Amino acid sequence: MAGSRSVVVTGLGATTPIGGTVADTWKAALAGTSGVATMTHDWVTGLELPVTFAAEVAVEPSAVLTVPETRRMDRSAQVAIVAAREAWADAGTPEVEGTRLGVVVGTGLGGLWTLMNSWDTLKERGPRRVLPMTVPMLMPNSSAAYVSIELGAKAGTHTTVSACASGAEAIVAGMEMIRSGRADVVVAGGTEACVHALPIAAFARMQALSTRNDSPETASRPYDATRDGFVLGEGAGIVVLESEEHAKARGARIYARLAGAGMSSDAGDIAAPDAAGQARAMRLALTDADLTAADVVHANAHATSTPAGDIGEAEAINEVMGDVVVSATKSMTGHLLGGAGALETVFTVLAVAERTAPPTINLTDPDPRLPVDVATSPRELPAGQIAALNNSFGFGGHNVSLLIATA
Amino acid sequence: MAYTEQEILTGLAEIVNEETGLPTDSVELEKSFTDDLDIDSLSMMTIVTQAEDKFGVTIPDDEVKNLVTVGDAVRFITGAQA
Repeated sequence: MAGSRSVVVTGLGATTPIGGTVADTWKAALAGTSGVATMTHDWVTGLELPVTFAAEVAVEPSAVLTVPETRRMDRSAQVAIVAAREAWADAGTPEVEGTRLGVVVGTGLGGLWTLMNSWDTLKERGPRRVLPMTVPMLMPNSSAAYVSIELGAKAGTHTTVSACASGAEAIVAGMEMIRSGRADVVVAGGTEACVHALPIAAFARMQALSTRNDSPETASRPYDATRDGFVLGEGAGIVVLESEEHAKARGARIYARLAGAGMSSDAGDIAAPDAAGQARAMRLALTDADLTAADVVHANAHATSTPAGDIGEAEAINEVMGDVVVSATKSMTGHLLGGAGALETVFTVLAVAERTAPPTINLTDPDPRLPVDVATSPRELPAGQIAALNNSFGFGGHNVSLLIATA
Repeated sequence: MAYTEQEILTGLAEIVNEETGLPTDSVELEKSFTDDLDIDSLSMMTIVTQAEDKFGVTIPDDEVKNLVTVGDAVRFITGAQA
């Protein structure tokens, strides 16, 4: 969409397994850094978990937040607020009426640590020891609410919940708030912090997780013939979206344009992906953005490193977008679930702005069926007007495709 | 071994600091939890249970509304020690 309600990206924030800021994360990504490591928590060995590694955040939120902040926010909200503060500062702390400022922060599982810890407290120490803040901390909208309180956002505060598509769907919802005229600026993104024994045990029972315990840094290997599942990650990505008119009026630095988005649902299996639904989302994104496949030069794929998912998506990308340079950044960051789509939007915005596709690591023995060109080292993207795709898909059959274009 | 009033004040100030970020030296006997320290009811419930753990006493929920000032809390905890 062009014109006065065209949506641009003016701020970026992230705290991830490979860096505590966007600058550190992007630098680490271009260097092909793995954020995956063996976990050292007592509960990993104590519970004899079948998977002993994860992609935990590089910088503990407690290192940058105050003690009262860490006590009042679930870990998922802590990483969200860290990323939101960075994004807001990066956008130049826009002067905007509270009633014209919106917030959308998605999450897959919400305040899982709070829920589990509170249940432990209740069982072990009784109901009077359950924190009064338990519900405000565990509710999935907690992160969005804390960001809105921090920034005084009064145009509406929303939470998208669509498993691993949550972060990308939040960005679509933010875009739609601006297009519809409900807001001039929206702080949008996704967060997750559920590196906890329960999701690890559950995902392992689904046979969704890599079990490469002897070599964690090579466990996340999208498109590789020997891939055996995803790696659980944590962290948050946040972008500041703004109407082009508002951004230009205040002389903001514009990274890229959020050209459009497509969403579809599979109405099929609760967990298995469906490449047909994914292709539909990608086509809808092209239509929404008024672009053609020829405009799209790069794709940040969902590619989680599961045997079933990666190739189906790659075939759909190839079918809809044709010849694009594909990056699977989960090879480095692991899978941030509800944070993934937002962090990967940050990567896609930077790829367009800096005309560099980030690398995909651990792709040593490509699946023979791989139909797309995957960047295994940073790849320069063409000059001129370009666009890039960011795909995110979630359990439940949620498919979200975003198109980012040069400003 | 019973805690002295000064030890209880110091311990309460540490709890309030962790919960709210207020400097420990702002937690003085004559200060009102709500009017001076701006502590809301949810934070107050948390502070109460933290104080119970720290000083080994029980502060019944019905009693919390009577703890208007920091001094009220210090005196209640002092008296509640066995």
